[in-house]
Amino acid sequence: MTATLEPRTAGTRPGTEPGPAGTAAAPRPVTMAGALNTALADALAADPRVVVFGEDVGTLGGVFRVTDGLAARFGAERVFDTPLAESAIIGTAIGMAMNGLVPVVEMQFDAFAYPAFEQITSHLAKMRNRTRGRVALPVVVRVPYGGGIGGVEHHCDSSEAYYAHTPGLRVVTPATPADAYRLLRQSIECPDPVVFLEPKRRYWAKETAPLTADGPAIDRAVVRRSGTDVTVVTYGGTVGTALEAAEAAAGEGWDVEVVDLRSLAPFDDATVAESVRRTGRALVVHEAQGFAGYGAEVAARLTERCFHHLEAPILRVTGLDVPYPPPKLEQHHLPTVDRILDAIDRLQWDDEPERFEGTGEGRA
Amino acid sequence: MAMPATAVSDRIAELLPPGGFPLGLIDADGQPTDAGGVLNPPPPEALLELHRRMVVGRRFDTQATALARQGRLAVYPSSRGQEACQIGVALALREQDWLFPTYRDSVAVLTRGVGGVEVLSMMRGEWHCGYDPYEHRVAPQCTPLATNALHAVGLAHAARLKGEDTVALVLLGDGATSEGDTHEALNFAGVWNAPVVFLVQNNGYAISVPLSKQTAAPALACKGVGYGVPSLLVDGNDAAAVFAAVRCAVERATAGGGPTFIEALTYRVDAHTSADDPTRYRDDAEVQAWLTRDPLARLEKHLRATGLLDDERARAVQEEAEQVAAEAREGLSAEVEVDPAALFEHVYAEPTENLLEQRARLLDELAEEEQS
Repeated sequence: MTATLEPRTAGTRPGTEPGPAGTAAAPRPVTMAGALNTALADALAADPRVVVFGEDVGTLGGVFRVTDGLAARFGAERVFDTPLAESAIIGTAIGMAMNGLVPVVEMQFDAFAYPAFEQITSHLAKMRNRTRGRVALPVVVRVPYGGGIGGVEHHCDSSEAYYAHTPGLRVVTPATPADAYRLLRQSIECPDPVVFLEPKRRYWAKETAPLTADGPAIDRAVVRRSGTDVTVVTYGGTVGTALEAAEAAAGEGWDVEVVDLRSLAPFDDATVAESVRRTGRALVVHEAQGFAGYGAEVAARLTERCFHHLEAPILRVTGLDVPYPPPKLEQHHLPTVDRILDAIDRLQWDDEPERFEGTGEGRA
Repeated sequence: MAMPATAVSDRIAELLPPGGFPLGLIDADGQPTDAGGVLNPPPPEALLELHRRMVVGRRFDTQATALARQGRLAVYPSSRGQEACQIGVALALREQDWLFPTYRDSVAVLTRGVGGVEVLSMMRGEWHCGYDPYEHRVAPQCTPLATNALHAVGLAHAARLKGEDTVALVLLGDGATSEGDTHEALNFAGVWNAPVVFLVQNNGYAISVPLSKQTAAPALACKGVGYGVPSLLVDGNDAAAVFAAVRCAVERATAGGGPTFIEALTYRVDAHTSADDPTRYRDDAEVQAWLTRDPLARLEKHLRATGLLDDERARAVQEEAEQVAAEAREGLSAEVEVDPAALFEHVYAEPTENLLEQRARLLDELAEEEQS
């Protein structure tokens, strides 16, 4: 495995102090990394079966400091560093789960999780089905994912489609600190294996909200902003971008609804389809490359379920179909407010199908 | 970094397979041999039990191959000729230990107590695993090579964290030692001092590829050394030696001594599976030579020579074997209905809405088919 090249923003302490577990005092600003840290601490305190391990998660506290202080507080038998081998981290987590533990493991970066792909897709995802429900594997695989942090190659992949395509896995991704806490606690409680994707560029985003596992269930999408004209379906790192775009769109007369999927697998058809039927227009936004990407599934499902309510084809705003760019070019790859606004503009408000220049083909 | 207390070369010598040749307790002619004091010869009752289970195991294996030829099983990978490993391992483990077998280890799984029909349920195409792994502490038979070595290490490490006296043993083939997961598992086991036993059945071939094309290592047993894992090379056609080596490894693990890597030198007498044609890659003369080292014949010779086995007992054991084969034959000859709705039942703890929709659609399709 390649040595980790930390992005320039890694290594900074995640916002405010993580604070004691389960503080019920008045909420104070917390970063996503801090909220995740508190979620892990609270889960370790609540359930003696929970163990946290991975590369550099012990003494160092993780390259993003998400496990900061946990080894000191809970001891080396419950929070520990492993040798550098991702397949082994997942493979041993499977064996530990077979023996009654609840492993929460970290893949240091998205692209460094690929050596574990066989263990995740061939065993973690399939053991319950293989054994007719006799062997459950309640393992949480935390993966810092996505770009926008100036990371070099192998540190910025959006790998959600690989996991979402695998039956037996749950795939979730939070967009806010409070939801990061909630989703991680819910994931650790979940009897199914969960791939927990942490949008790196939101690690330092702050929110003042109580940290609680209550609220929307693990498999539910939420409407982050209500609107009447168009539904923007997104998740993880681009929820914030979509909300910014929605504010900007309001100035141009579009009332934009933003749905945060939270759970990529399973997909919350009910919540999303209800929104799209109401607005009649939909846009899917994600950072991952578009071709055969997660947005294709979203667009297909919504077309199947909402066709007669749609005023325009569902458009996608995604990353380019290129390997993740070097830091100096990543701004061209990532979905931006302008691109989202441009896509909204193309949703046939004047009932005119848009045409590709030079081809004469309708885009719809 | 503290200076090591002993020289690296001393430490390597401690880990290396003693003697550098396969340790045995009973040779091909049934004569007792000296295992250099490394292995403790099993007591007479253990030898008799090894013999009984080997006779049963071989008959079961022959029956399964026949059922595959008849189309009752989709495919069957025989372990004929490897009974010393299959039975030696299964009997050396204690009830509280775990076995992590591969697809070729049906006889070991049977010997661990799983019913014959349940063992072969996967090969029949009924489901991916036909038994409850927790009932006899046998993991599902693993098809992707070496991946289960990591599961064994994880399970064993968890046992240690929980303070349980449980050892996990993983069965690997010679080909699997080339897979990365074998190396990651050895490394984790070494670092964690996990109570785990790696047993490699070196049967000479990975489907068609001979060991000479698989590795440049002087012996597969050397592979444990680089990870700080004590290693043994044993005669894999000597059930007494395999049994004794596994017992020794289990005792070490239980005493907190960590993992052991055992290479058992054996031979795959049959084809890779019922769908394979071994004449394309090996000579019959080679097979014939190995047949003279047959694990069952040598143990029988030994037991007869020492007066432990007589005709009456041999007959009783053979009858038991026929009984086990007959049960498997009957159980697998009966037509089995697999409920299509089961496809959706255990993908998740609770079926998702999406799966419930697909299930309803499939059941509708089936109902329509039935009507037409």
